[in-house]
Amino acid sequence: MTSPRKALVEVRDLKMHFPISGGLLRRQVGAVKAVDGVSFDIFEGETLGIVGESGCGKSTCGRAVLRLYDITEGSIKIDGTEIGTMGQGQLRRMRPKMQMVFQDPQACLNPRMTVAGIIAEPLDEHGKLSGKAKLDRVYELMDAVGLNRNFANRYPHAFSGGQRQRIGIARALALNPRFIVCDEPIAALDVSIQAQVVNLLEKLQDEFGLTYMFISHDLSMVKHIADRVAVMYLGKVVELAERDELYERPLHPYTEALMSAVPEPDPAIEAKVERIILRGDVPSPSNPPKGCNFSTRCPKVMDICRKLDPEYREARPGHFVACHLHDAGIMDNQTNAGSAGAPPRNEHKQQGEDA
Amino acid sequence: MTDTTPVTAAEDVHDLRPPRNQWWDVWDQFKSHKGAMAGMFVFISILLFVFAGPWVWQVDPGLIDIRSRNQGSSWAHPMGTDQLGRDLLARMMYGGRISVAVGLTAMLLGLVLGTLIGVLAGYFKLMDGPLMRVTDLFLALPLLPLLLILVTLFRDPLEGAFGQAAGVFALIVVAIAVTSWMQTARIVRGDVLALKEREFVLAARSIGTPARRISTRHILPNVMSPIMVSATLGIASAIITESALSFLGLGFPPDFPTWGRILYDGRDWIEQYPARVVWPGVLISLTVLSVNYIGDGLRDALDPRIRGR
Repeated sequence: MTSPRKALVEVRDLKMHFPISGGLLRRQVGAVKAVDGVSFDIFEGETLGIVGESGCGKSTCGRAVLRLYDITEGSIKIDGTEIGTMGQGQLRRMRPKMQMVFQDPQACLNPRMTVAGIIAEPLDEHGKLSGKAKLDRVYELMDAVGLNRNFANRYPHAFSGGQRQRIGIARALALNPRFIVCDEPIAALDVSIQAQVVNLLEKLQDEFGLTYMFISHDLSMVKHIADRVAVMYLGKVVELAERDELYERPLHPYTEALMSAVPEPDPAIEAKVERIILRGDVPSPSNPPKGCNFSTRCPKVMDICRKLDPEYREARPGHFVACHLHDAGIMDNQTNAGSAGAPPRNEHKQQGEDA
Repeated sequence: MTDTTPVTAAEDVHDLRPPRNQWWDVWDQFKSHKGAMAGMFVFISILLFVFAGPWVWQVDPGLIDIRSRNQGSSWAHPMGTDQLGRDLLARMMYGGRISVAVGLTAMLLGLVLGTLIGVLAGYFKLMDGPLMRVTDLFLALPLLPLLLILVTLFRDPLEGAFGQAAGVFALIVVAIAVTSWMQTARIVRGDVLALKEREFVLAARSIGTPARRISTRHILPNVMSPIMVSATLGIASAIITESALSFLGLGFPPDFPTWGRILYDGRDWIEQYPARVVWPGVLISLTVLSVNYIGDGLRDALDPRIRGR
């Protein structure tokens, strides 16, 4: 990694609660805590992967960071500017710096606009390019994402999923952003196209020096593209570390379970892999359990986990985790229950990823 | 891994076409819709009949010739005469001007009003409740008493301001528009509610497009189909409502021919002289039908998914 790293995006204690209204008077009776106190930095030029199961708040987190929602609490700094509390009018001037690539290439393009119109929309909104110059820029972007220039007059319905995703990427690139949130950009594509799109994203990152927040549930894809990885569970980041560190020495029991679920191409090793099967369902984000969110399903649960929410702390240099197992103070107090669970279990380690 | 990005773009620059105005594509598609072209032909013929016709058939529609009353078709009176001996062809031409003008303007006004209210209610959550309650209110109001009050209140001031014909025209157009926008508003609101949750609207917001341009650029073009349908139906009901108003004495004065008026005048004589009801009936139906086909073709032409098929 480059030594003097500057944080381009700083997120502190971000909360995004969606109100639930009920009753006769439609009063607020609760809140879905989709994102509940998330903090992380994204350094310039790196890719932060966000993984987690469905409904854990990954996408909401990505959208909240771009302020597509009015966040409940917390601070978001992009390039030193606080945007967490900014009004939409001021925010508009920040938009060229931060863009988004969407999950569903079918739904994220207006069916009534031509490809040229879609890619030119950000230029219309922010640029002062006119006529010929704008068209040249559109062609330039289409070249950059590998779309034939003759497609400019066609409509989205005439394209395949991969091509549509390229259109979406070209639109995100139009304003020369520095930070792009990729919200599961490959989830709706078939496997052969996924590789193309991910390689394209990597190529563009090298070319334009982009910073990505790459949201995905595909662990092998995240391992391929990300520099650091954050694992989310029920609205919280439970673990954040350098990619190799996280994949080889996961600290949090949830991360261990996730890593053990990654399919292994070698059948000889695959046969020996012991999967950690989590029992039960994810608790409702509107009514999270007391104490640690993961305590209801954790294979290494202790008494304290059901009472006290673990703090998010740096367990090793650059390796953050929110788990009592890795909290020295608490583990000393637990007479000797800790020794059974604390060290990562050997049988689940690495599964030959780099053997 | 090999990069599979196609790099063919530079090679076939020679057949590169600059983006052309999408209305050309719309016109190309519209031309291929046979019903729409037939409808357009009929509608233009009707417009020529009512607007250019009086230059060819120079007979005063108000001229009373009591001796030649209740005649059938003849060279002197191709459509016959009415009970006062007025020439029916001339009356159909003059009446058509008013009917078509009232139908088109009232439809346009009602459409703009309905679309505006529908988009505002659908897109801005705060306005949804109040605007839709107003819509319910208008739907619940009995139409005729409302029109009666409108006419009695505003007829004289408007006639004073714009002259008799223009004053009554403005009054009737506004009255019809004000009582016919609700269906459009409801349909548009429903579509907008669904559309604004689509990802391309979110994408537009992430680009920084302000709400007013999101609604004109992304929402409105996508609710075009239901708007077109209610527009074409709106013309028909506007023409019918105008004739009902004239019949009740609330619309144009009795000596002012409109298609609806002629139809109602002929109603008493329907057994002896059915032609007197058939002519205006046929013209109203033809207008409505042709506008329906034009709307159908336009709706297809505006949808890029159907276009070019």
